Amino acid sequence: MTNSINEMDDADLFIVTGSNTTEQHPLIGTRVVNAVERGAKLILMDPREIPLARYAHIHLRQNIGTDVAVLNGMMNVIIEEGLLDKEYVDTRTEGFEALKNTVSKYSPRVVEQISGVDASDLVEAARLYAGTKKAMILYAMGITQHTTGTDNVKTVANLSMLTGHFGFPSVGVNPLRGQNNVQGACDMGGLPVVYSGYQKVDDPAVKKKFEDAWGVTDLNDKPGLTITTMMKAAEKGDLKALYIMGENPMLSDPDLGHIELSLSNLDFLIVQDIFMSETAKLADVVLPAACFAEKTGTYSNTERRVQIAHKAVDPPGLARSDWEIIQDISNRAGYPMNYANTTEIMAEINKVTPSYAGITHSRLEKVFGLQWPCPNEEHPGTAFLHKDKFTKGLGTFLPCDFKPLAEVPDSEYDFILTTGRVYYQFHTGTMTRKIDILEREAPKALIEIHPDDAKRLGIRNNDLVEVSSRRGTIRLKAEVTPRVPRKVVFSTFHFSETPVNLLTNAAHDPVSGIPEYKGCAVKIRRIA
Amino acid sequence: MAKVSTICPFCGCGCNFYLVLDEGKITGIEPRPNNPVNKGMLCAKGWNSHEFIDSPQRLKTPLVRKNGVLTETTWDEALDLVTSKLSSIRDTFGSNSLAFLSSAKVTNEENYLLMKLARAVFKTNNVDHCARL
Ligand code: SF4
Repeated sequence: MTNSINEMDDADLFIVTGSNTTEQHPLIGTRVVNAVERGAKLILMDPREIPLARYAHIHLRQNIGTDVAVLNGMMNVIIEEGLLDKEYVDTRTEGFEALKNTVSKYSPRVVEQISGVDASDLVEAARLYAGTKKAMILYAMGITQHTTGTDNVKTVANLSMLTGHFGFPSVGVNPLRGQNNVQGACDMGGLPVVYSGYQKVDDPAVKKKFEDAWGVTDLNDKPGLTITTMMKAAEKGDLKALYIMGENPMLSDPDLGHIELSLSNLDFLIVQDIFMSETAKLADVVLPAACFAEKTGTYSNTERRVQIAHKAVDPPGLARSDWEIIQDISNRAGYPMNYANTTEIMAEINKVTPSYAGITHSRLEKVFGLQWPCPNEEHPGTAFLHKDKFTKGLGTFLPCDFKPLAEVPDSEYDFILTTGRVYYQFHTGTMTRKIDILEREAPKALIEIHPDDAKRLGIRNNDLVEVSSRRGTIRLKAEVTPRVPRKVVFSTFHFSETPVNLLTNAAHDPVSGIPEYKGCAVKIRRIA
Repeated sequence: MAKVSTICPFCGCGCNFYLVLDEGKITGIEPRPNNPVNKGMLCAKGWNSHEFIDSPQRLKTPLVRKNGVLTETTWDEALDLVTSKLSSIRDTFGSNSLAFLSSAKVTNEENYLLMKLARAVFKTNNVDHCARL
């Protein structure tokens, strides 16, 4: 997030796009609901009638995968009607002419044809956003899990810059992270192109810095593989060994048939986890790890706030903390690591990571977290980014054109399947499905289908249906509901009995590598 | 009764709470009222997040596949095997035949260390995580 959760309490308008906030980020969802109840406005962009729709002043139900067109349409209106923040655009940004050219093609009428969003609703949304100073955009994976995910994110930023919604409280673009330490995994260099703090592996100065800090020579300066390309390399036989810490790609990844093939094609698979996940079952070695309550360490939440969690109990049996296991392997491989605890690891992170330099364990014991960038031990942390300038100087408009889904429906596969989560379960369910109360509320996946489609196909509530894509078939029960638009079906990936990712398309965004979970073509029929 | 402060293991909100301990066992959860993130509130997942900790299904022993079956073993055997396999595959096929997935569920310190293991020890940038998924 460029801004902070607490600033939501002062915002006058929210655009929530591609985020089922009340179910996926309940405590942030609560902030939105409370804000609306005290008088803030809510513009919701979501094809589904998610719970927040009840609170929305304008609900734009765009066709799946048409986000760029809708956002470009809003900018078209804003420029046409002179509602842009001219001073901001002149002094803080570059590339306005290019943006203007691109969005000029997206009049409300054109956008209505592409997206199904009513032209007058689009105009109203554009005016409202441009005319409200304290307006925050919140987004989540409904934006990023598309082959055009990077374009979607850029287009959200364009809209925000065009209207000067950056650099002060209660504005900005605010991605909501789905797992408790996604932000931290990225911050710590769990990406093929960067070390911790987003320092690039192909920058010679960075390479030298880490060689000195780590006491090694010849660090690799070629960007590595993303998870999607790793799976392809494994399938081809180029990738031989994979070490997976605390993840379950056998349920979370798209086109599962292929993932299983890739993983079984490896010479050696190591899985370190707290439960025997679907992925661990395929491993050559399974290493039992400690869970959050069994170790001390830090997590970075969606607003860049680094917080410390403490060890409460010992891990079960022989299980050990992930860091102890890694250290042990390093020592055996001939590179000594001698950390006595995670405080010492954090001290090293402070030294090599400028944005985390001032975030020490001893400070975190005294405050409720510190938001990076926090460049030294006196620094209070940063509640909102881009105060006086963007990190790289001027903010560049990066205009994008609308591109359709990688796989559009045809006469055989005539529905779009979109995926998401439900309130009572979390991700692949490895943790939440072992919690009785949660499991009782949401014990299985359903597939949502619109009443008109259901009627045509003779499907009633709770009928068993078969859903197939070009990649696989699953059977599950139907929920007939107008929550989904016509010709769209929705389901969740929490449940290993009905692995919806057998169906999803691994076609991915060329830059981020994120697959298109939010839309692929399927067919559906009643079987009982 | 002791209380230990922690962070919810689920979504990215990062809600704070206490794990409540009775005679060394976790018995429940108590919110931390004055923190700025969740101000003492939790959702149903957070309120029940201690429930899976002592699940009988937790992994307790390292396992190594022997004759096709995952078999209980010692840490020494498991980690010697991991290290020798990673090293020999690197020596035969090069660093880029190895890859590492770090985790959106473990601590910063552990993510940093796995990234360091991949880069400093095994000299590969094939490091990613599943969180985009
Ligand atoms: S308590 Fe609920 S909202 Fe808070 S971090 Fe946990 S899952 Fe997210």
